[in-house]
Amino acid sequence: MNGMAGIVAKVDGWIQGTAIGVYQYFTLAGRASRFIVARPFYWRDALRQMDRMGVGTLPILLLTGLFTGMVLALQSSVALQRFGADMYVGSLVGVSMVRELGPVLAALIFAGRVGSGIAAEIGSMRVTEQLDALQSFGTDPIKKLVTPRIIAGVSMLPILTIVTNAVGIFGGLVVTVYAVGISADVYLSGVWSTLAQSGFIFGVFPRDFVVGLAKPLVFGGVIALTGCYYGMAARGGTEGVGLATTRAVVTASILVLVVNYFLTQLLMVLMPARG
Amino acid sequence: MSRGMGEGMRRRDRLEMDDPVLRQVIRRELGPDGEPHGAAAASGQVVIRMEDVHLSFDQPVLRGTSLEVHEGETLLVLGESGIGKSTILKLILRLLVPDQGSVTVLGRETRDLSFEEALDMRRKIGMVFQNAALFDSVNVYDNVAYPLRENTDLPEPQIETVVRERLEFVDLDPETVCEKLPDELSGGMKKRVGIARAIATDPQIVLYDEPTAGLDPLTVGTIGDLIQKLQRELGVTSIVVTHDIRAGFRVASRVNLIRDGQIVFDGTPEDMIAEDDAYIQRFLALS
Repeated sequence: MNGMAGIVAKVDGWIQGTAIGVYQYFTLAGRASRFIVARPFYWRDALRQMDRMGVGTLPILLLTGLFTGMVLALQSSVALQRFGADMYVGSLVGVSMVRELGPVLAALIFAGRVGSGIAAEIGSMRVTEQLDALQSFGTDPIKKLVTPRIIAGVSMLPILTIVTNAVGIFGGLVVTVYAVGISADVYLSGVWSTLAQSGFIFGVFPRDFVVGLAKPLVFGGVIALTGCYYGMAARGGTEGVGLATTRAVVTASILVLVVNYFLTQLLMVLMPARG
Repeated sequence: MSRGMGEGMRRRDRLEMDDPVLRQVIRRELGPDGEPHGAAAASGQVVIRMEDVHLSFDQPVLRGTSLEVHEGETLLVLGESGIGKSTILKLILRLLVPDQGSVTVLGRETRDLSFEEALDMRRKIGMVFQNAALFDSVNVYDNVAYPLRENTDLPEPQIETVVRERLEFVDLDPETVCEKLPDELSGGMKKRVGIARAIATDPQIVLYDEPTAGLDPLTVGTIGDLIQKLQRELGVTSIVVTHDIRAGFRVASRVNLIRDGQIVFDGTPEDMIAEDDAYIQRFLALS
């Protein structure tokens, strides 16, 4: 009976801890969002974070996008050649990159690099009393640290996703032209015709492209917020900072994948594809 | 003078304070006639009052702590490590709120303050943290300038003037240290930059959390001199939390000793030395 009671107590403790954690997460999100329109604005901090997140993550995303596009073109060409449909490599690479691979890959890389960085930085500030020091000077750490990072995450990840998509499509082009032997014109017209097929938003932007950008907007906020949450909750010295960093990356990555599914469902309702 | 201790305890087991050498050392720290060096007597009104404060984390930390700090005095809060001394400072800054009891700072009960009002109150208080808590991503200049940029409308040239003045006040050469990152400073220099930052906006109250922890004896002396200089020249009200009696007695006008979550002694350093309570004697002797 004692063993059973112990298990029940543990489960109870876990549920309570999780519920409190979720509540604190959304409270942090609410306060950080409110401060976007409340003085003082820490625009300089936001710009610095944009530089760190955007420029800092660009090289690794260039590589990721390039090789993902190349592999996608290589694999799909082998399968499509069996049916004599290798001229559709461009369509497949284009739609895969823009709809799913670009946003999700960029977000996962972003979570690994930026989410961990945020959690480690804020966690270190927590355990070395720098957050207390900020508060002692009348500064709200959420306004000073969390809000600028969320602004930076929300604004930078869509831009990085566009770059990832473009580089991925370019990688596919290189492989298609030099390894598969299909002309660049055929490849690029395949990319464009598939994107155009899903319809246009405001008559100008391909629907798939807009949907592909709506996702990183949300992912950027989720990743930055998760990093900040775990950083601010860090306890117990360097070990605590390490733990916070790991948790931030794992949670942010899982959230990206889960949110991606529900967001896709939502966007299919809000912006249905033509035909 | 002592509070909360039974008379029965007072006469028991006088320990090492009978040691004349130790008495001499502590008297040397106090200065002539047992007066703390440079410490002015409490003269003004009560600026900080804690009444019957209870606070628990995993277990009770404070159990009915009461203390008062008068304008212009330097209160030394002594106690063993991990007994809740730093918690008292965090309560005063309203970084924590008591489970029970009241904390009144500059005439306002901290529990009643909104988040924004608490931020306003903190602007009148300078805090020197145990490990200085300098912002490690910016240089010394930006560290000291931070409260000025945050809480005043001073133009940058004036901020620079104040930063240089404050660094000189703590005996640091602005030309040498301004561009340095906190990582490039020694422990003593970090503490001094922490003090310069804490006094940048001329606060009414300065709180020191273990200001001499981890420093060599010479640097401990320098930090002690600085605390006295601040009290003497700027007239700030100070609370110094430490377990380093020698350093504390140099600067204190009054001493509170905390034990088991309560203040068990309240008096001058001289009173404390004269106190024949066994715990106090043991604390003095072993510190």
